[in-house]
Amino acid sequence: MSAARYSYVGLNLREQDAQAEHGAQTLIFGFWIFLMADLVVFALLFATYAAMSVHGVADGPAPAELFSLKMPFIETLVLLLSSFTFGMASLALKYSAKRSSLAAWLLVTGVLGAVFVAMEISDFATYISEDQAPPQRSGFLSAYYLLVGTHGVHVVSGLAWLLVLLVQLAVLGRVREVKLRLLRLALFWHMLDVVWVCIFTFVYLFGASA
Amino acid sequence: MSENDLPESELEGRKTERRHYVVGIFWALLLTLAAFALVAADTLPPNPARIAVSILALMQIVVHFRYFLHIDLKQSHRDDLHLILFTALIVFLMAAGTLWILFNLHGRML
Repeated sequence: MSAARYSYVGLNLREQDAQAEHGAQTLIFGFWIFLMADLVVFALLFATYAAMSVHGVADGPAPAELFSLKMPFIETLVLLLSSFTFGMASLALKYSAKRSSLAAWLLVTGVLGAVFVAMEISDFATYISEDQAPPQRSGFLSAYYLLVGTHGVHVVSGLAWLLVLLVQLAVLGRVREVKLRLLRLALFWHMLDVVWVCIFTFVYLFGASA
Repeated sequence: MSENDLPESELEGRKTERRHYVVGIFWALLLTLAAFALVAADTLPPNPARIAVSILALMQIVVHFRYFLHIDLKQSHRDDLHLILFTALIVFLMAAGTLWILFNLHGRML
């Protein structure tokens, strides 16, 4: 439990990975700065949505008329589970010498992420085709698609990153660079879950409780 | 088994850290269920219900930071904690300021 072992935030690599620790602190801290800047982007999208969902409904549907709780609930469970499976992948990265268990957990995470994105796209398709609620109908809808869509695009980029790292893992093995990239992807993935907590609360639950 | 190559202390650490994730997912699921159940049951009037789910969301965010992102109050994590708290302040100022201005503007235009 030395201080050096816990040199940066997030799941630290083990002491025998001293080579991996070298320079890791700066890389991880830099990535935290990116994540925090990303949170600022989301904060402004949330503020825009909060104003628009109250005053920008125009002649379109109001949040309470459009949203049901079933899909967001399932999406939340899927994303939460994927955060947990990424945690298991991080543990495999840290403790297991076997490449297969790490790759397996990463694959499970990727599949859950893909299920989440597919559900979100089907949500959007239903709103647009069946509820006549395309983004251009009202300010509320524009802000809704922008906010939730930005989160969805983040998940898609996380998935692309995950695929690239799986290929790197297969080709290069567990070298220092790949390990550090996986640590950063883990932070990114967990942070997306934090943003989703705000989305299901301030978009779906606020909308349904009106 | 590659796991058996690990020294005793590492096995212990692995167990502790796995527990950490399990506790995290347990609390996250519990808080999610509570928030959705509260709105689905529809027993509270809108405003108290919204305050309640906001508090549940704040609790869940703390759970995510603590158990998944491994932020805690250890001395060596202070730099990151400062970064996060400063961002939280900026986020609060920008979000609350935007809402204040826009709602005020809307009120004046009626």
